[in-house]
Amino acid sequence: MVAREESEFHRTMVQKKSDREVVVTRTFDAPARIVFEAWSRPELFKKWWAPRSMGMTLRSCDMDVRAGGKYRLVFGDDPENAMAFFGKYLDVVPDKRIVWTNEESGDAGSVTTVTFEERDGKTLLVLSELYPTKEALDEAGTGAQEMLGETFGQLDELLAGLSPH
Amino acid sequence: MVQCLPSDFNASFAALADSTRRGVLDQLARGDASISDLADKFEMTLTGMKKHVSVLESAGLVTTEKVGRVRTCRFGPCRLEEEMAWIARYRQVWDQRFTALDGVIDELQRQEKGRGRKRRK
Repeated sequence: MVAREESEFHRTMVQKKSDREVVVTRTFDAPARIVFEAWSRPELFKKWWAPRSMGMTLRSCDMDVRAGGKYRLVFGDDPENAMAFFGKYLDVVPDKRIVWTNEESGDAGSVTTVTFEERDGKTLLVLSELYPTKEALDEAGTGAQEMLGETFGQLDELLAGLSPH
Repeated sequence: MVQCLPSDFNASFAALADSTRRGVLDQLARGDASISDLADKFEMTLTGMKKHVSVLESAGLVTTEKVGRVRTCRFGPCRLEEEMAWIARYRQVWDQRFTALDGVIDELQRQEKGRGRKRRK
């Protein structure tokens, strides 16, 4: 496979389905059970959910991946500045789908559904985040910016250059 | 009152495909203007300018408000750069995660192949 096709294959696509729902798609070069495993075993999940490039440390990761089970992720370099993300799994179908709530923002929390569709040994991952209101979704984009810190300072400069001022 | 439809990203691009409409946006980014101001500025009929403004309005790039006999146009509320920034931010988070996930998946597949070989021996 040539490099261009390779990068097209691994492309992360983001689409707003409505003012409350955003959908992310990505194909992985592995069967669905492998992708599901990396998503449902805490010791593996920990390795990729907060990559070093994001500039955040995942301090702890407790996950009980089954319907009704809970999870709790704690980020931060030291206990004083720790930030927790938590919720529960609404639905878990091994190798096929995981649905969970995001309860750290209270009523503004989204429900995330991730599905794994296997085709010819590769897996199409579709992740949907459904927010209770448009405002909650807009806010989530801002939260992501804070999470990524400096990187976005550069992006904002770039976008400011593109805007018609 | 116009509705803000961030999902309609294609409409934003279609609205920007026209040079007059890009000019109108550029003008409105400097300050509000009435349809007739814009028609004068771009040497166009009032009807022609109304059409351009209505395309920008349906794309959520411009809002208009009629006060008395004057329709005032203003930049926004769905400013394109905000929309782009939102998507770009969101995408960057997931893209970084998924690049790391590729690594974990490769490792799992290697382990599995290793075990498979041992079992066959």
